[in-house]
Amino acid sequence: MPSRPSNLRRYLSVYLALWRNSIIREMGFKTNFLLWIVVECLWFVLQLGFVGVLYLHTDRIGDWTKWQVVMLIGAGHCIQQVFQAFFLVNCSNLSELIRTGKMDFMMLMPINTRFLVSLRQVDLGAFVNAASAVGVMVYAGMQLGLSPTWVQMAGAALLGVTAIFIHYALMFLLATASFWTVKAQGIVWGYYNLFNISRLPDSAFRAGWFKNVFTFVLPMILVANVPVKVLIAKLHSPWEPLLLVAMAVVAMTVSEAVWRISLRRYTSASS
Amino acid sequence: MQNTLSYRVNFLFRALFGLVPLMGTIYLWRRIYEDKGEAGEVAGYTLAAMTSYYLLVTVVDALTAVNEDDWQIAADIKDGNISQFLLKPIDYLAYRFCLFLSGRLIYMLVAIVPVGLFIWSLRSYFVVPSDAATLGCFVLSLVMTALLQFLMSYTMALLAFWVLEVSTFIFIVFAFEYIAGGHLFPLNILPPLVQRVLELTPFPYQLFFPVSIYLGQTTGDALTRGLVIQAFWTVAFYGIARFVWSRGIKKYSAVGG
Repeated sequence: MPSRPSNLRRYLSVYLALWRNSIIREMGFKTNFLLWIVVECLWFVLQLGFVGVLYLHTDRIGDWTKWQVVMLIGAGHCIQQVFQAFFLVNCSNLSELIRTGKMDFMMLMPINTRFLVSLRQVDLGAFVNAASAVGVMVYAGMQLGLSPTWVQMAGAALLGVTAIFIHYALMFLLATASFWTVKAQGIVWGYYNLFNISRLPDSAFRAGWFKNVFTFVLPMILVANVPVKVLIAKLHSPWEPLLLVAMAVVAMTVSEAVWRISLRRYTSASS
Repeated sequence: MQNTLSYRVNFLFRALFGLVPLMGTIYLWRRIYEDKGEAGEVAGYTLAAMTSYYLLVTVVDALTAVNEDDWQIAADIKDGNISQFLLKPIDYLAYRFCLFLSGRLIYMLVAIVPVGLFIWSLRSYFVVPSDAATLGCFVLSLVMTALLQFLMSYTMALLAFWVLEVSTFIFIVFAFEYIAGGHLFPLNILPPLVQRVLELTPFPYQLFFPVSIYLGQTTGDALTRGLVIQAFWTVAFYGIARFVWSRGIKKYSAVGG
């Protein structure tokens, strides 16, 4: 009977093997690997450029100053890239696995299927981009004359991780739609589009259906804003971080439940 | 055509999800104008003008943007599907252009619901051009924009003759198009010097230029000059596309033979 620690070790060793595979795969196409980093950097600079242009014409958006927004964009980018490093490719590949019937093979493996499907590939370039985002955040922090305490930094980092789990749970939930329709890849990429909202300061949104949907259903407005507000001591009430954590728990639970129902429904591609 | 139709759900999602970040941007501007007070202006734009700018961007984008054509062309080259076009008396560029046109037509039919609703919800900001001549110039420019969009994507996709993975190049060009074409913000809120430089690149003519004609911002000499530069880029990219194709074919047959 496998005891808990050895089980954990088994999963770790499988995960290490997956990492090794990803590194080998990436190193096979070095130029391509570097070019993707250039692409992501370019889009990041583009977002920062937009802020630069906006602040040519105004000195604040709601109660957000220029460097605070720069930090927000850095945080949004960092969260997005770490999410991308671990989960994005795998979520968007799920529909491919189902369509081609490779899912059979995954389910036969003596390991949790969701674990394997979610973490099969690692996007290593995304870590480089996440690091550049952290660099921008540090620079913005210096411009703001910020000296956050360890508690603030740990809190922001934890909330960032929570945010990544929210993204993962929601996108995986959308990806499981592939058990019903072949068009799920479009939905997954649609969700990816919504990352754009997470980089906007929350005070841009007045109460209304838009704000409600993207706070309580797809909490895009919370994911990057809350960690940054912890860092720059802008947080006025404790309910925002609590809401973020609660959303993560709900999202993970729902996505796991739907995943189980979907697996039961799965019939192989050929049969 | 059938292929495109089977993906109409994807089109719908694309149109729908594409609008959400745009709404985010509009909210952002609203907030900025709110702080500026009633008569606030940004580089001559009132909030109403700014909103109509983004509405027009959505319309022009739905009418002219390429969506999957470049990926398909690159895949055709990589998988060797273009061999059959070399044997048949069909011009590949003309064939792709027909696919592009039909793809646009279907996209418009599908996107008309979400885009229509979006415009309806902001209808008070939707303006009509001041006179028929403006409208004529807008349509002329719009046609050239579509041609330019298509030809640039086509040329980029032809890089697949030389490199394994063209998506990075396509995304790099798209990033420039996104910011220098006016997707993110109207180009005339930029410092004048930057505007003058951008005017000479092909990017503003992929989106911003027709929009600015429609809104009556580009008139007189600037209008003529813009149309000439746009025509120049369109013809130039036609030439480049033909040239790259002929070079690529040589490379291709060398590999295949």
